[in-house]
Amino acid sequence: MTDTSERMATISVLVDNEAGVLARVIGLFSGRGYNIDSLTVAAVDAERRHSRINIVTSGTDMVIQQIKAQLDRLVPVHRVSDLTQDGAHIAREMALIKVVGTGEARVEALRIAEAFRARVVDSAIGSFVFELTVATDKLDAFTELMRPLGLAEVSRTGVAAIARGARTI
Amino acid sequence: MPADIQPQSAEQAGAEVLLQALKDEGVEVIFGYPGGAVLPIYDAIFKQNAIRHILVRQEGGAVHAAEGYARSTGKVGVVLVTSGPGATNAVTGLVDALMDSIPVVCLTGQVPTHLIGNDAFQEADTTGITRPATKHNYLVKKSGDLARVVHEAFYVARSGRPGPVVIDLPKDILINPAPYEAAPATPHRSYNPQTEPDPALIAQAVALLKGAKKPIIYSGGGVINAGPAASAALVEFVRATGFPCTSTLMGLGAYPSPDPLFLGMLGMHGTYQANLAMHDCDVMLNIGARFDDRVTGRLNAFSPNSKKIHIDIDRSSINKSVHVDLGIVADAGKAIAALAAAWKRDDARPDSRALAAWWARIEEWRAKDCLKFKQDMTKGAVIKPQYAIQRLFEITREQQKETFITTEVGQHQMWAAQFFHFEKPNRWMTSGGLGTMGYGLPAGLGVQVAHPDALVIDIAGEASILMNIQEMSTLAQYRLPVKTFILNNQYMGMVRQWQELLHGGRYSESYTAALPDFVKLAESFHAEGLRAESVDQLDDVIRRMIASEKPVIADICVDQKENCFPMIPSGAAHNQMILGPEHEDQAAGVTDAGMALV
Repeated sequence: MTDTSERMATISVLVDNEAGVLARVIGLFSGRGYNIDSLTVAAVDAERRHSRINIVTSGTDMVIQQIKAQLDRLVPVHRVSDLTQDGAHIAREMALIKVVGTGEARVEALRIAEAFRARVVDSAIGSFVFELTVATDKLDAFTELMRPLGLAEVSRTGVAAIARGARTI
Repeated sequence: MPADIQPQSAEQAGAEVLLQALKDEGVEVIFGYPGGAVLPIYDAIFKQNAIRHILVRQEGGAVHAAEGYARSTGKVGVVLVTSGPGATNAVTGLVDALMDSIPVVCLTGQVPTHLIGNDAFQEADTTGITRPATKHNYLVKKSGDLARVVHEAFYVARSGRPGPVVIDLPKDILINPAPYEAAPATPHRSYNPQTEPDPALIAQAVALLKGAKKPIIYSGGGVINAGPAASAALVEFVRATGFPCTSTLMGLGAYPSPDPLFLGMLGMHGTYQANLAMHDCDVMLNIGARFDDRVTGRLNAFSPNSKKIHIDIDRSSINKSVHVDLGIVADAGKAIAALAAAWKRDDARPDSRALAAWWARIEEWRAKDCLKFKQDMTKGAVIKPQYAIQRLFEITREQQKETFITTEVGQHQMWAAQFFHFEKPNRWMTSGGLGTMGYGLPAGLGVQVAHPDALVIDIAGEASILMNIQEMSTLAQYRLPVKTFILNNQYMGMVRQWQELLHGGRYSESYTAALPDFVKLAESFHAEGLRAESVDQLDDVIRRMIASEKPVIADICVDQKENCFPMIPSGAAHNQMILGPEHEDQAAGVTDAGMALV
């Protein structure tokens, strides 16, 4: 019988960098009721005019296979890779995190930031902006720790991911 | 003259380049309707004779006509509409073609590039609106892209799983000079669908089939789309195996209906023998069908004990709704040829005793005669809709012309599928996936344009036909003698049937009061109007309809209360079919969960 347990999947899609391609991918997800937990897109090859879209999604294995097949049949899509399934991979997310406060909380925020190897990219009398590039779960942990210390605003990029070793998409 | 419209140069105007590209793609006919944004194309059409333009009466009709043209010829159907409402009127037809995998290229006008996004007159975000309605779409923003995009659009429309493609053409692109380029000889940069089956998977499929004790072959529209050779290969393969064969609504005609190996259509209104064989089989071979919900019934009760092999050109169709044991991505024709060759090579012999026992059970089911109905033959008796189609089929067989059938959507469509029998592919055009009322008349128009000497009949209901009745005027203009055979019960019959069976007989809004007089309506459209009010008038009306050289509307007044059986109610399994009133040993119910299904 079919497996009904859900899993997360990080899917990378290499597409032509053309008008409407992101709308096609997003429309596919919304139209067919698939989840998008995170989505990033940027041009990666100016000469070939390729962009890479990284999508973190979740579903049963049957649904994730469907997502891959549905993405693969879009005309401007060159390659689709389920990084979670295809072998070891690295996934990173960058965030800018604003913490507002003074006194002991401010000192504690700076101490934790050092432990996470977050960089201070803006500093004012009453606030810090930290920059942190880590895996998503670590980023979640960091923002949770900052919450009682004056967490004011978070801006995250979403996940960029790539396979380990010599393998390419 | 606006700044972005440049004067003539050595290059031709975009509209001329567009027509050149269409000619090079082999286009002979365009179904369209003019408007401001596409006037340059109409001007170019005026100046040439190679491509014929058929002026429809509403853009929705143009797309269905192109679908009928495409389905009856295997070529790409071409549509030309203006911007804004021209494009939005085409959307239903585009989705229809998407659902039924019909190759269509739809050219839409657009406001000039400098006005896009300004809420200009007759502006709509056509590529935005049609993105989920098409296989792919394009907005041509640079003259240099025009010819390439047109060639690519035809390639995408007909390759892999066919479908509709929109090219949105801003007016300045049509006026400004553009370079011409021929279709590229190199493969497409990203879209190259797999058509050859993996031989290892074919061998596994043959091993499963050879070991089967209760096999069934279930074929669909993919076999029709793969061309007439695929249908011929299917017939040969089925006969080589001696296995029973059933077909989806979309696949009718691929396997000749009178053949004893054919069990008839399966699914919600399919035959008892086809559905029970699907339910009880041990190995199922699906070729070019997509396990549609109208076929499977309740998914978790669908053919529970079978190994399933699924051949489809679209990888995303495999394991979409039904988990299969063996998925093979391939063109149906190539896959059947590979299966047939592997079947011959493989020394294993099928289990003939088990097969004989399987056939004996199937024949018991077939003996139930699930489609039987009672027609009172006394003079003045009410016509049963089934009888009307049965006689239509029999009488069309008495004449020599090739016969093509289109339908609208509803009870008449299902009766047509049950009682009109096909021996060849591409003779049956019906809106399967989207279920678009108003499909049949314009689709028939497109079929008749492609086959001027054939007998083209739209089997219709009186409600559906009114949805695109304006195309009667197109038939008159081009002398297209399409016959419209209306099973008139004054109800939206399938809605009425569901209300009777599922909603306590509360016939909410399903009765059409004040219907037109279809005979007079036909006459006003320069067609011939006929009416049969009782069974003794039926044959004469059918014969006069077929003999007429004009378009005809035959208004066949049928039993208002007749329901379409057999029926698998929503949420039920194949072995919980309801048979008609001629069968007393019936007990069936619809669950609350089933009521919620469509």
